[in-house]
Amino acid sequence: MSTVASGGDNILEVRNLVKHFPITKGFIVQRQVGAVKAVDGVTFSIRRGETLGLVGESGCGKTTTGRVILRLMEPTSGEAIFEGRNIFKLSKEDLRKMRRDMQIIFQDPYSSLNPRMTVGDIIGEPLEIHNLARGKEKLRRVQELLEVVGLSPYHVNRYPHEFSGGQRQRIGIARALAVNPKLIICDEPVSALDVSIQAQVLNLLQELQKEFGLTYLFIAHDLSVVKHISDRIAVMYLGKIAEVAEADEMFENPQHPYTEALLSAVPIPDPGMRRERIILPGDVPSPVNPPQGCRFHTRCLYARESCSVNEQVLIDYWGNGHEVACEVLPFRHQRSKAAVVKQSAS
Amino acid sequence: MADTLLSVRNLKTYFYTDEGVVKAVDGLTYDLHKGETLGIVGESGSGKSVHALSVMRLIPQPPGKIVEGQILFEGTNLLKLPEDEMRKIRGNRIAMIFQEPMTSLNPVLTIGEQIAEAIMLHQGLNKKDAWDRSAEMLEKVKIPLAKERVRDYPHQFSGGMRQRVMIAMALSCNPSILMADEPTTALDVTIQAQILELMRELQQEFNMSIILITHNLGVVAETCDNVVVMYAGRPVEHATVQRIFRDPKHPYTWGLLHSIPKLYERKERLIPIEGQPPSLIDLPVGCTFAPRCPFAMEICVKQDPPDYAVGADHYAKCFLHSEFATPEEQKAAEAAGLAASTRGGTHDARGGLRS
Repeated sequence: MSTVASGGDNILEVRNLVKHFPITKGFIVQRQVGAVKAVDGVTFSIRRGETLGLVGESGCGKTTTGRVILRLMEPTSGEAIFEGRNIFKLSKEDLRKMRRDMQIIFQDPYSSLNPRMTVGDIIGEPLEIHNLARGKEKLRRVQELLEVVGLSPYHVNRYPHEFSGGQRQRIGIARALAVNPKLIICDEPVSALDVSIQAQVLNLLQELQKEFGLTYLFIAHDLSVVKHISDRIAVMYLGKIAEVAEADEMFENPQHPYTEALLSAVPIPDPGMRRERIILPGDVPSPVNPPQGCRFHTRCLYARESCSVNEQVLIDYWGNGHEVACEVLPFRHQRSKAAVVKQSAS
Repeated sequence: MADTLLSVRNLKTYFYTDEGVVKAVDGLTYDLHKGETLGIVGESGSGKSVHALSVMRLIPQPPGKIVEGQILFEGTNLLKLPEDEMRKIRGNRIAMIFQEPMTSLNPVLTIGEQIAEAIMLHQGLNKKDAWDRSAEMLEKVKIPLAKERVRDYPHQFSGGMRQRVMIAMALSCNPSILMADEPTTALDVTIQAQILELMRELQQEFNMSIILITHNLGVVAETCDNVVVMYAGRPVEHATVQRIFRDPKHPYTWGLLHSIPKLYERKERLIPIEGQPPSLIDLPVGCTFAPRCPFAMEICVKQDPPDYAVGADHYAKCFLHSEFATPEEQKAAEAAGLAASTRGGTHDARGGLRS
């Protein structure tokens, strides 16, 4: 995969992001009786030009994270620094301008396109909103975009229902590209597509990244897809990040017990290959009332008493950017690296 | 074969719509043996689910109709059975679980009532015994506190637990065949692993055969003995799971295997199957895959290929394995990893098996 552009150049830094959805009771006088802690203290950064994969199972908060970063929802607390500016502090007008640089591709290509608008209007709308092109110029640009995503320029006057799922996803991609963004948040962009079409769209996303120097936050639950497209991967569990690492490192050397189980659960399309499978007991706990301490300790095979007390933070044990939020880890792995020894001693 | 449980012969299920005839299943043939897990693989619209509903005789009629073929269950043609006879088989001898465990359970009845209903109907047990058996079944599918949870309603269970309930219900009458239509598609991977493990254990215990319908090649590789690959309503390849993955003979199977990203392999680029699946109302002349096939020859767009035997118990609907393909064309395919086979020298089309 493409080597990451000069280290330290982060296009986006997310710090302590929290998004709680209030649960209210009462009809006229509503009072809050609890909260769904969808995202509960998430910190990560994305380097310019890379693809960061954000994986996790349903309800882990990965989609909410993506939407809050774009301020499609307001965050509860935390900050997201995009090219030096905190997105959450921007005025409406500034936010609108910044959205030129940050776009999103949605999961479901059937509900994310307005059925009453022609493809030309759908792709051209962002051009008008951001005063980038009008009239003939807009049409020319839309046709150009259609070609870029592998559709035909004569498709401009057609409606979404005339296209297949894969083609609609291409329209969604063209709409995101229209404003020349720097960062695109891809929220499960291929999950709704058939396998043979998935590959087409994944290839397209990779080609576009190379051509336009795009940065992707790629949110998905399919680990094989995430592994294929990402430079680095962050694994989420119940509103928190459990582990972050370079893609290859994550798959060859998973450290968090949850990552380990998640990887072992993926069925491999090779009947000759037999792996040891870790079957996790039970279900993911409710985000309304997440477990104290480490979020994963209720299902963890290595949990110790302290796990139910101590909140876990991401620690780069080996100084190679592989961060893990697990305090049992240093005891599990007798690594020669000095960092580990120091960590377990403290 | 002596231990053949279910034989589907040249099944054709069509839907008559205002826009035309949708050929959802168009000539499906396979045998299911005792204790076997057969995978039916295909993308949306390949006819895999319609096939399942055809076997269960649950095709809404009209607009649907099984226009041709036989479904022989222990020698009896299910398509010829009167409805009340069929009812004794459906849910009793052949049970089915569906993709969406929420919509296939009745939200206003407790889990226990729903499982007991099937047991009372098919096994003739009284209410009390049926209820006890329900609890026992829930224990079998490893639902914690089964005795209490029989009184719970579907919404009180998580997705994975609901699928366990569905399996408990399906197995409550000790069926010979479990038809599982995308049983883990709606579930997360860690839960999927739990359910697949459970199905494997129960298959042993109940000594049943499973027909697993899925689009997930990983699930197929890990659970199935034999595989039928479907494309646009037709079975294009049929072989053991090893042969399907190691030595695919149909360009569609070959293409599918190349287009999926693999967990333990680094690929710069995936090789997609170009184009779109055809409309089932307006199927292309000749091989339905020809318009997307990188190895398509002249004959492919003119004639529908028969099943060619390409190895032991291995069939592929593709002219590459016939005298119609020139050595150059076969070589080109082989270079791409799709070895043409003219094993045995003859191309006995599978027609003989159908009679």
